[in-house]
Amino acid sequence: MRDFYTWASIAVIVIGSTAGDVLIALTMQRVGDVGELRRHAGTLAVVRAVLGTTQFWMGIFFMAIGYFSLLVALSWADVSLVVPASASLTFVTNAVAARVFLHENVDRRRWFAAAFVAAGVALLAQ
Amino acid sequence: MTFRKYLVLGAIVLFGSFGDVLISRGMKDLGTISLAQWHHTVTALMNPWVALGTLLLIAFLAGYSTALSWADLTYVLPATALGYVLVALLSQFLLDERVTTTRWLGILLVTAGVGFVAGGPSYTPQSQRQRIAQGRIAAGPWGKEKNDA
Repeated sequence: MRDFYTWASIAVIVIGSTAGDVLIALTMQRVGDVGELRRHAGTLAVVRAVLGTTQFWMGIFFMAIGYFSLLVALSWADVSLVVPASASLTFVTNAVAARVFLHENVDRRRWFAAAFVAAGVALLAQ
Repeated sequence: MTFRKYLVLGAIVLFGSFGDVLISRGMKDLGTISLAQWHHTVTALMNPWVALGTLLLIAFLAGYSTALSWADLTYVLPATALGYVLVALLSQFLLDERVTTTRWLGILLVTAGVGFVAGGPSYTPQSQRQRIAQGRIAAGPWGKEKNDA
């Protein structure tokens, strides 16, 4: 039962993190380079541009779901299992989601990077 | 990529790793939380380790959002994956968890993955995003641009 709770929490972390990552990336993609925006319009304009979007808060909401699920998972298992296992799966789901929703150029180099990191992180969980 | 941008990526690695380890340290004090007691995750924030870890994760989020404003998600995630290596090492030295040979192999693979992505472009230009959205660049690892003719 303990294993079931751990892996169920990890599944929620993966779904929450992927949805959160994509929504925040979409927000920041639309805001543009915050360094340049800050130089032209000031820090307050950056804060307003980011925090004034619904997408950003939806991203935070999904990340919060992932975060509280992380707390539950960490109470059941070691950080060296929970963090790498959830992260490993998140790399794969994020690569697919980034291509589909963000239209990023996930080329061969990036697929290899995601696969190597996911495999490495999975081994870290052993 | 400028030196300042690499610094932001480094900060993401540090804040994320130390945040995770501090929260884990705090959760060890609090013991097991069952799904029926999910609300205990909110009171867990009163634990100083969890509170400090959460502050570091907020700093992580600020750096992460900044990086996503000038780099792709599929660049930022692998580029900051060295954090997992750091978590494994911190777990050994701060939480007395053992780093086995298998984990060292994992560390090697993660580092290789970071090397792959670090050598490529960090951002997909808007024109290329449009071509991907229109299906003019096929999906998959060997996706090539389709001929317009």
